[in-house]
Amino acid sequence: MSKDLSAAPELPKEDGRPKWDNKFQYILSCIGFAVGLGNVWRFPYLCQIHGGGAFLIPYFIALLFEGIPLLHLELALGQYLRKGSIGAWNTISAYLGGIGVASWMVSVLISLYYNTVLTWVMWYFINSFQEPLPWSVCPLNENRTGFNEECYESTAVNYFWYRKTLNITPDIAESGRLQWWLILCLAACWAIVYLCTIRGIETTGKAIYVTAIFPYLVLTIFLIQGLTLPGATEGLIYLFTPNLSTLKNPRVWLDAATQIFFSLSLGFGGLIAFASYNPTKNDCEKDAVTVAIVNSMTSLYASIPVFSVLGFKATTAYWDCLDRNIINIINEFDLPEESIMRQNYTSWISFLNSSYPEKIAGLKLKSCDLQEFLDQSVSGTGLAFIVFTQAIILMPGSQAWAILFFIMLFSLGLSSMFGNIEGVFTPLLELQIVPKSAPKELLSGIICLISFLIALCFTLGSGSYWIDIFDRYASSVPLLVIAFFEVIGVVYIYKINRFSKDVEWMTGRKLNLYWQITWRFISPLLLLIVFTAFVTLQLQKPPSYTAWNPKYEGFPMKEEKVYPPWVQAICVLLVALPCMCLPLAALFHLVKQKRRSKDPSLVPSEVFSCQGANINFSHPKE
Amino acid sequence: MLRALLLTLSVVAIAHAELCKPDAQNAFKVRISIKTALGDNAYAWDANEEYLFKAMVAFAMRRYSSKSTTQISNVLLCNVTDRVSFWFVVTDSSKNVTTVPGSEVEAAIRMNRNRINNAFLLSDKTLQFLKITSTLSPPVEPSTPVWLIVFGVVLCLIVAGIVFLIISGIRKHKKKNKESTERENLEEKVEVTLENGIPCEALDIKAGHVNGVFAADDERFTSL
Repeated sequence: MSKDLSAAPELPKEDGRPKWDNKFQYILSCIGFAVGLGNVWRFPYLCQIHGGGAFLIPYFIALLFEGIPLLHLELALGQYLRKGSIGAWNTISAYLGGIGVASWMVSVLISLYYNTVLTWVMWYFINSFQEPLPWSVCPLNENRTGFNEECYESTAVNYFWYRKTLNITPDIAESGRLQWWLILCLAACWAIVYLCTIRGIETTGKAIYVTAIFPYLVLTIFLIQGLTLPGATEGLIYLFTPNLSTLKNPRVWLDAATQIFFSLSLGFGGLIAFASYNPTKNDCEKDAVTVAIVNSMTSLYASIPVFSVLGFKATTAYWDCLDRNIINIINEFDLPEESIMRQNYTSWISFLNSSYPEKIAGLKLKSCDLQEFLDQSVSGTGLAFIVFTQAIILMPGSQAWAILFFIMLFSLGLSSMFGNIEGVFTPLLELQIVPKSAPKELLSGIICLISFLIALCFTLGSGSYWIDIFDRYASSVPLLVIAFFEVIGVVYIYKINRFSKDVEWMTGRKLNLYWQITWRFISPLLLLIVFTAFVTLQLQKPPSYTAWNPKYEGFPMKEEKVYPPWVQAICVLLVALPCMCLPLAALFHLVKQKRRSKDPSLVPSEVFSCQGANINFSHPKE
Repeated sequence: MLRALLLTLSVVAIAHAELCKPDAQNAFKVRISIKTALGDNAYAWDANEEYLFKAMVAFAMRRYSSKSTTQISNVLLCNVTDRVSFWFVVTDSSKNVTTVPGSEVEAAIRMNRNRINNAFLLSDKTLQFLKITSTLSPPVEPSTPVWLIVFGVVLCLIVAGIVFLIISGIRKHKKKNKESTERENLEEKVEVTLENGIPCEALDIKAGHVNGVFAADDERFTSL
């Protein structure tokens, strides 16, 4: 009765969950998460070493049978259950809650080291404002009689990377000191991450417009510039010429499968978190296909400027080699200048070799082969910080190109960091680690502060060796395991029919045969094969690394070293920790269930109150 | 007379040939790359350029030792090739048929390297004295490294952004709190105790009226 006079309006039922401002923001966030540094510095390298255009065949097969199905699975899961990874998997089945915890743990580990890579990018960015670029000249030695020895024996670019940036130690066991300049840049990077993720998707949704779109602009600028450089066409021809015989090597298929898998950022929990902020009636099938295709197209699009620039660099190095030989010959035989040009070099050499073989032999001329220079393939940080920086010095207006390039890398990495942080943030928010009354800014601040403090150990002298370890172990095998159990969990424990109905309810149309077949059989099988092959390959040789040691006799070649036992133990720990969460969580839940069934007093009282309520609501007999 | 002249000339020539030859004592090899330095504006190396070179070396020796005894004729050039490379040596006119020690020549050239280069529009790399190394210029180091300045700018922007977002968040939070307390107060006013559809407070405010109808009826009943 009192209800009638209640003046308060009845509020619509909201679960208070934040949501995307619009669909475009959500798609852009997923694309930004998937498109990262690997699209620029891993995919072109794989294309190059695995037979150019021929690599696209296993790549697209892997995309079709592994990438798109898994992506659709994660997005549909997050969207339907409207929870982060831990909550979502606990809802699917309490025994599978470990998958969520494992995802969360992997996101934490990867956030730590990924932001340190961004620290290096930021360091190079702020150094790009100097004229001339600091990595273009060697510094002088102490008594100013010549160049610094380490720099002189390798190159100025190598010296700037290994000494001025990393200040690397010759061995992973030697930790060295904390590099204060890297600490400053690390603090700035975590401050930027905090600024963008301060209120969860409310702020990242705005930031993503810049960080996801800007790289495409810069890639286009580099594409136009790259194609005008001499030698660009050689680089592109080299990249895309298909060599179908490489497809016989199973390694190529494995690399394609792992590349697609890691490129789409599956298994991190970030995609589930992003999708959970969607309205439930959203076409996740179309989203998944869109994101996957855009990611692959970006990889292809990025490889064009990368290879134009690499072709330019190889051509310039080839010309330098020829020029040096020509100068030596001219000086030795006192021939007039410009008598030997690059074009008639070979004819001159053959003539001189036949007439004065001892003199030619005495000159110790280097053999200049363009193919050899093109073959020098690098991936990862080597591509960005050594090869590309060297190419940038050769371009006119090098500062502008350097600034553009490093801002682009930073945006690419930052948009991936948003997904990583979201994978950490959303489950913690749901688990209510921080009381609900406390603002979200506090939780994100705590996450960023703790991550910054832990990541300080990557700024030590041996930091880059540790980042390699994290990259190789923490972000590879656990993700494959998580993804495998994700598919198995949804298809066989939650039951595919139930899931199909859920997806049908969300998208408004039935799941077609492609999804049924890939989810049920092909994707789990592929994942199992990839996992076994990957682990077998890793175990075949003792884990080793290459160290930068100026005292090594083969310097400037890097020294091949084996990890000491305690480091190998840490590698195993990095792999085992997330993977152990799966059985441990299941065991924990099993034990909890057993204790509940043994002790009936522990049965929750809600059961009784429900029945009591039922009695109260039955009409009393008049 | 003529024969004596010819004899002395030939002796001098032979002596000169003895003094200036490749790898002679105190001789230096010079290598010039005009086309590399000047491209289309390159001049040809001829006897006039050689004369200028001798003059520059003599000038350098004079400036270094600050005694004006070195003449252009003291500088001997030989073995000029198409590369444009040649050997030169500086003779000492005071002592007969000897050359100035290499260390002196080297020091003189080093002191005046810039002048010599500029006379020929060349640089250290294109006018090479093969045994004389050039001193490297120290790199220009600004007092504060440029990267620190850029870093400061970037950090200031970030901190400003964070402070702005936190303050706007706190303000939004306060506004939300104020709104929710206002709404609570409104609801409290509505949650009044009601009696028969009439708020008690209303009943309190309006003092209860005695209904005259009922009061009058009481008298009709017979008292027991």
